Amino acid sequence: MKKLINRAEDVVREELEGFAAAHSDRVKVSLDPYYVMRADAPVHGKVAVVSGGGSGHEPMHGGFVGMGMLDAACPGEVFTSPTPDQILAATKAVSGGAGVLHIVKNYTGDILNFEMAADLAKEDGIQVEAVVTNDDVAVQDSLYTAGRRGVGITVLAEKICGAAAEAGRPLAEVAELCRKVNSNGRSMGMALTSCTVPAAGKPTFELAEDEMEIGIGIHGEPGRERRKLATADEIVELLATTVVDDLPYRSGDKVLAFVNGMGGTPLIELYVAYRALDRFLKGRGITIERNLVGPYITSLEMAGMSITLLKLDDEMVRLWDAPVNTPGLRWGV
Amino acid sequence: MGAGYPQCLAMVRGFAKAVAANRDYLTDLDAKIGDADHGINMDRGMTAVLPKVAALTDEDISGLFRTVAMTLISTVGGASGPLYGTVFLQLSTSLKGEVDVGPSEWAAAVTAAVEAVQSRGKAQPGDKTMVDALLPAAAALRQHSEQGSSLAEALAAATKAAHDGMEATIPLVARKGRASYLGERSAGHQDPGATSSWLLMQAAEEALAKGN
Repeated sequence: MKKLINRAEDVVREELEGFAAAHSDRVKVSLDPYYVMRADAPVHGKVAVVSGGGSGHEPMHGGFVGMGMLDAACPGEVFTSPTPDQILAATKAVSGGAGVLHIVKNYTGDILNFEMAADLAKEDGIQVEAVVTNDDVAVQDSLYTAGRRGVGITVLAEKICGAAAEAGRPLAEVAELCRKVNSNGRSMGMALTSCTVPAAGKPTFELAEDEMEIGIGIHGEPGRERRKLATADEIVELLATTVVDDLPYRSGDKVLAFVNGMGGTPLIELYVAYRALDRFLKGRGITIERNLVGPYITSLEMAGMSITLLKLDDEMVRLWDAPVNTPGLRWGV
Repeated sequence: MGAGYPQCLAMVRGFAKAVAANRDYLTDLDAKIGDADHGINMDRGMTAVLPKVAALTDEDISGLFRTVAMTLISTVGGASGPLYGTVFLQLSTSLKGEVDVGPSEWAAAVTAAVEAVQSRGKAQPGDKTMVDALLPAAAALRQHSEQGSSLAEALAAATKAAHDGMEATIPLVARKGRASYLGERSAGHQDPGATSSWLLMQAAEEALAKGN
C-alpha cells in the first residue's frame, strides 16, 4: 500500500483537522463525535439538511456543507456509515426549529444508523424527515437485494434541496422535492482499477490490466459484470444506454448530465467521456440543460467514472442555479 | 448451575479476543462479497468495549450487556454496529434482574436477540446474513432447554448449530446487505456476519459453560 498518510487509523481525524484548518471561514468541525457543520449554524427558522456516510468519497459529504447546500455532514470511518450518536449530535447542532431533513444513501448500514439517530432526535423533540436516495441502475433486481444504491443523485439532491431550504421552504416540501429529484435521477458507474481501504492495506478486489468492472459501487465493492476494457466512447454508450432506458429519458427531455470521477481518473479523461455523453444524448434528442463534470462522489483512488442523469423541470433548474458556497461546490457568491 | 456475572464478563472478553484474532479473516471474507471492513469495524468496537466493561463495578449482567451494546452502536458503524448493538441490547433487556443464567434464560435471551436483529435488519433465513448462524443457534438452545440438558450441553449445541449455519451460507445468494448487489456472484463465499456470529456463540460456550 502506497498512500499519503501518517497512520491508517488516523486518516479520518487528520483529514477533518485539515479540512477545518482550510475552510474555517465556512465550516466548523466537531472531532468528538465527528461532524462538519455550517459556520453560522443553526440558522433559525430554516430547515436543516443533514447527510453523511462513510469517508473516502470526498468531497462528498463534508465538502458540500455551507450556504445553499448542507447544514451538516457526518463522516464515518472509510467506507463505513457514521454512527447514531454522531448523526444525533449533528442533527441537534444544526436544528433551527424548522425541522431537519436527513438525506441517506441506500446502504443497509447508513439506513440503520440514520434510523436509530432519527428515533433519538424525535425523542428530543426535533422533527426529522428522512429521504433515501437509490439511483444506481446497476442493481437490477431490487426485490431480491438491499435495493438500488444511492450514488451520484445524492450530490444533486443535496444541492437542490439545500437551495430550497435556504429559500425558506418548509420541511415537508423540501423532503418531497428530494424524493422528486431522486425519482427523476439514474446513475451507473464503472471502474478501471480497484482501491485500497487504508486500514485494510490491500486492494478490495483485483482487476487485470485489460479488464474493467461495470456497475461498480462507490465502496470498491465489485460490480455486477467484468468485461474486457473498451474505448471511452464504448464505455459511455454502455452506461448511458442503461441509464437512459431505465427511467426512461425520452426525446425532448431536459436533463442535468453529471460525469463523475471515482477519484483516480483525471479531468482530461472525464471530458473525453463528457464529449461522448453529449453526442449520445443529442442522438437521443435529449437536451443537456445543465452539467457537472469532476470528482464529486469518489471511491478513494479508484480509477473510473459514473454517469448520472436528472430529468429537470424549471423549479429544479432555478434551485440548481441558486448561490452555493461550500468547499466542494461554489457559484453565485 | 447457570452462569453468573463473571462468566458473562468472560464471554464479552472472549468475544473481543476472538474478533481480534480473526480480524483479518473476517475482513478477507468481507472483501470477497462486501466492502472489506467487517473485521476492522468489529475489532474497533470490541476493543472499545474492553475498558468500558472493566470500569463497571455493580456486577449487573443486564448492565454489562447494555454497556457492550451502547459502545458498539457508537463505535462500529456500518450495518454491524446497529445489528450487534441490537443483539446485546436485547440480551440486556431479556436478562434484566438475572443473576444466574441457565439454559432456559439463555435460550429465551438469544431467541429474542435474533428476533430483534431480524426486525431491525429485515433479514429472513437464507438471505446470507448473521441471522443464518444465530437462528439455528437459538433453536438449538431452545431444544436443549426443553429437553432439560445442562447449560454446557445447550451451549455446545448452539455453537455447532451456528457453525453449520455459517457454512450453509457459502452456496447462498445474498439478499440483504452489500453482498446482495453481487447477485449470483455472492454464491460460493461464506458470509462474514454469520462468521462473527459463530464466534459470538463460541465465546458464549467457552465462558458461560464454566458455570458458577
